[in-house]
Amino acid sequence: MDFPIFHIDFFGNRMLIAVIAVVHVFINHSLAVGAMPLVAALEWWGHRTGDKAWDGLAYRILFVCFVVTTTFGALTGVGIWLSTSLVNPYAIGSLIRVFFWAWLAEWAVFVLEVVFIMLYFLTWKRMKGALKGRHVAIGGALAAFSWLTMAIITAILGFMMAPGSWVESRSFLSGVFNPIYLPQLAFRTPTAMLAAGLFALFLAFFFTRQDAELRRRAIRGLSAWVLVWLPLAAGGALWYRAVVPAWMWDNLPVAMTTQDLTRWQGLMGWTLLAAVAVAGIVALWGLAAPRTLPRFALILPFFGCLLLLGSFERVREFIRKPYVIAEYMYANGIRVDDYPLLAEEGILAHATYVSTRQVTEDNGVEAGREVFRIACTRCHTTTGVNGLTTRLEQMYGPDPWNRDTVKAYVLGMHNARPFMPPFPGTDREAGALADYLLHLQQNRDPLFGAQTVGVAVGPAPDGAGESAPAGAEGSEG
Amino acid sequence: MDTTPVPRDIPLPFPAGQVELEAAIVLLFLVHILFVNLMVGGSLLCVIYEIAGLIDRRWDALARAVSETITVNKSMAVVLGVAPLLAINVLYTVHFYSANALTGTAWLMIVPLVATAFLIAYAHKYSWDALSEHKGLHIAIGLAGTGLLLGVPFIFLANVNLMLFPERWTDVQGFASALLLPNVFPRFLHFLVASLGVSGLVFAGWFSRQRFDGEVLESFDRPALRSHFASVAFGASALQFVAGPLVLLTLPAHGLSWALVFNVGLAASLALGALHFLWQETRRPEPTLGRRYWLAVGLLTGTVIFMAYARHLYREDALEPHQRRMAEVTENYTLAVQGAQMRLAAGTPRVAAGEPGAVPGEKFYKTLCAACHAVDTRLVGPSLAEVAPDYQADPESMVAWIKAPQKRRPDYPEMPALSMPEDEYAKVARYAVALGLGQDPASLTPP
Repeated sequence: MDFPIFHIDFFGNRMLIAVIAVVHVFINHSLAVGAMPLVAALEWWGHRTGDKAWDGLAYRILFVCFVVTTTFGALTGVGIWLSTSLVNPYAIGSLIRVFFWAWLAEWAVFVLEVVFIMLYFLTWKRMKGALKGRHVAIGGALAAFSWLTMAIITAILGFMMAPGSWVESRSFLSGVFNPIYLPQLAFRTPTAMLAAGLFALFLAFFFTRQDAELRRRAIRGLSAWVLVWLPLAAGGALWYRAVVPAWMWDNLPVAMTTQDLTRWQGLMGWTLLAAVAVAGIVALWGLAAPRTLPRFALILPFFGCLLLLGSFERVREFIRKPYVIAEYMYANGIRVDDYPLLAEEGILAHATYVSTRQVTEDNGVEAGREVFRIACTRCHTTTGVNGLTTRLEQMYGPDPWNRDTVKAYVLGMHNARPFMPPFPGTDREAGALADYLLHLQQNRDPLFGAQTVGVAVGPAPDGAGESAPAGAEGSEG
Repeated sequence: MDTTPVPRDIPLPFPAGQVELEAAIVLLFLVHILFVNLMVGGSLLCVIYEIAGLIDRRWDALARAVSETITVNKSMAVVLGVAPLLAINVLYTVHFYSANALTGTAWLMIVPLVATAFLIAYAHKYSWDALSEHKGLHIAIGLAGTGLLLGVPFIFLANVNLMLFPERWTDVQGFASALLLPNVFPRFLHFLVASLGVSGLVFAGWFSRQRFDGEVLESFDRPALRSHFASVAFGASALQFVAGPLVLLTLPAHGLSWALVFNVGLAASLALGALHFLWQETRRPEPTLGRRYWLAVGLLTGTVIFMAYARHLYREDALEPHQRRMAEVTENYTLAVQGAQMRLAAGTPRVAAGEPGAVPGEKFYKTLCAACHAVDTRLVGPSLAEVAPDYQADPESMVAWIKAPQKRRPDYPEMPALSMPEDEYAKVARYAVALGLGQDPASLTPP
């Protein structure tokens, strides 16, 4: 990573991306990709049966989707660009060079999607009578474009988990048709439909307060929709599960919860299963006896569904560790190829934005802070969320830590924790990092990112690589 | 001392030709900024008309008609912004991302600020009837949304300005100080006036089109609307002859060239022609009204294309020396990476003085064992002094344990199996046992 280093020292950088991305997925899957075909289907049904009630319900659902997707939906989408380029510019910059054409194609479809949702929503009241059939067709086109944008972006998400033959061929198509692409799409598509059905049930709670008869019919129709997609989503999940690389499953316990909470993994698994079960039971009940379904039952499944979507994205993000782009770039933004050089000459010697480029006898804490910035801050904070002081305290207790032990841990952590990238620098830099961590245990200084304190460009190292006098760390080992 | 940072570029090739990408960034950005101008100019005109409507109701109807355009234009502005964002990410990866990071907090605030501004725009549009008895509140909603939309461009301007001046990156501490670099405020003025000009020009055509049958026509007739918006466009375009030179004169000289001055001059002379026709449009009687409109549109389109090209020239010239230095650094780094990989493959990586690796077993002992085992104190696992006596007779018997440990001590966590190159296990075992017995591993003789 050779950029000014943006850093959020309490919530952590990963949390920033996670919050924006998960909100975006919620909106995209349940209010766009799944909702547009559902609304178009409801409108078509109302048109076919001549029943105005269906048309009214479809319009009200569309209104909510329109307002939310064109504000928070669109802006969280842009927000993923903005936040990833702050947090891991090397990763997103590399992905854009590989997937420029895919993203450009996605953009073109996205423009059509936006044009069509405005056309669809703004002409709803105007295109009546003979024009209604054409209006439904606009809804169908909108549904197709919404799905296409997701279909394209899924290729890139799959690539980040398993680039397949791209690592050798470096061609665009080999990147797109990575081994995870189609299974993940086969999972996301019915899941989005399911989420939209559950969201529509949730809205029906509010929109049918006055009209028990409409509620009965809406619950029946939407329950049927949910029951069609539920087994397909389960099937997609199994296929997707089968293609996730074996080594990634080792990360699952931590991915599903957090490192502190791995023992709750079983409970989390049961909770997610329960969310699916609640959706299934409510839909079956709604189909069989919509009149007897209590109104509050319409709200529950949607929240369960949000929990499922959120967990799925969290697991997807986590299990690809220690990589950010599998086999090409580690989560710290350093390429696998860079490691041999950095191990010989040091990360500080090859960094631009550091206050010092070499570890000397008396700059351990300062040099260590710079090493921490480069090698650790993409995922860790000092004392906040996923803070290193907390992590070390769990292993070595609250008493002052031993420098050699911490240093040894830094050098070997990837063996004990397969989701951690190996330490990228020299032995001396690992020692400096240990100095800084020991300092942090005593002082708990906050670490400010480039967005607050700017950047320093330290003096060039004397000569190439690390040329501190031999024995500068003679006290060691 | 030169404090200009010269970072490495991303070592992957461009996905398309340089010229195509440059053409894409210039043209796609123009389409994006057209809708941004319509969104911002429309919001501003909308609140002005609504306030005027307090005195004369006719303006309220016009304000309402303008508000219908804002929510459409704002969606187009966002979606059309993605392509130029992609192109700038590819062409100026390092410069753009560096500016983003240096103004990171503000850069992130774009998301909630714009989303809120859009929600307010919907609230404003859909509460027109509901709040017709509470005009003050309704106008306040409009003002809040417009205020947000006027604030956000500062964030973008600070970024595209800061990316051009790597020599100033070490001076900047956060968004506020980036804002104070020369040229941000003049560019904002230029943008604001352009927003009014573009809105006036587009609305002059939009609201006087033949098929337009909105409520506005009950209060204003077509020629009145055409003439009003033509005068908005005229006034704003004339003001650009003040704002434009201000931008040009505050630009740091390192990107200026005669080619740029030529393009700006060409753009300005086309704008003069457009001003002439717009002036005629504001004064013509009904039958001939509108004939000069498309001439003015054509000339101003030419103006913005030459202006956009001049802006691109400035960016290229300003960054060229820095990009050249970066390419050199990147090239050297790539060669160094390849060298280190070859040495590693050949089994002869360079080991700096004081690095582990000299004593057999030391390297893997330090990376695999030492995090949990100290010589004579308990860490995660027991001390070496405690376990070494078990292996004193035959240090290599420890290998089986390292490969497949079990749970032995109830008050310690189970040790994970560790893997290393096959010939390292015995060395590590002998090294660890020696340490535990208080011997110096460096003095061990190879078997």
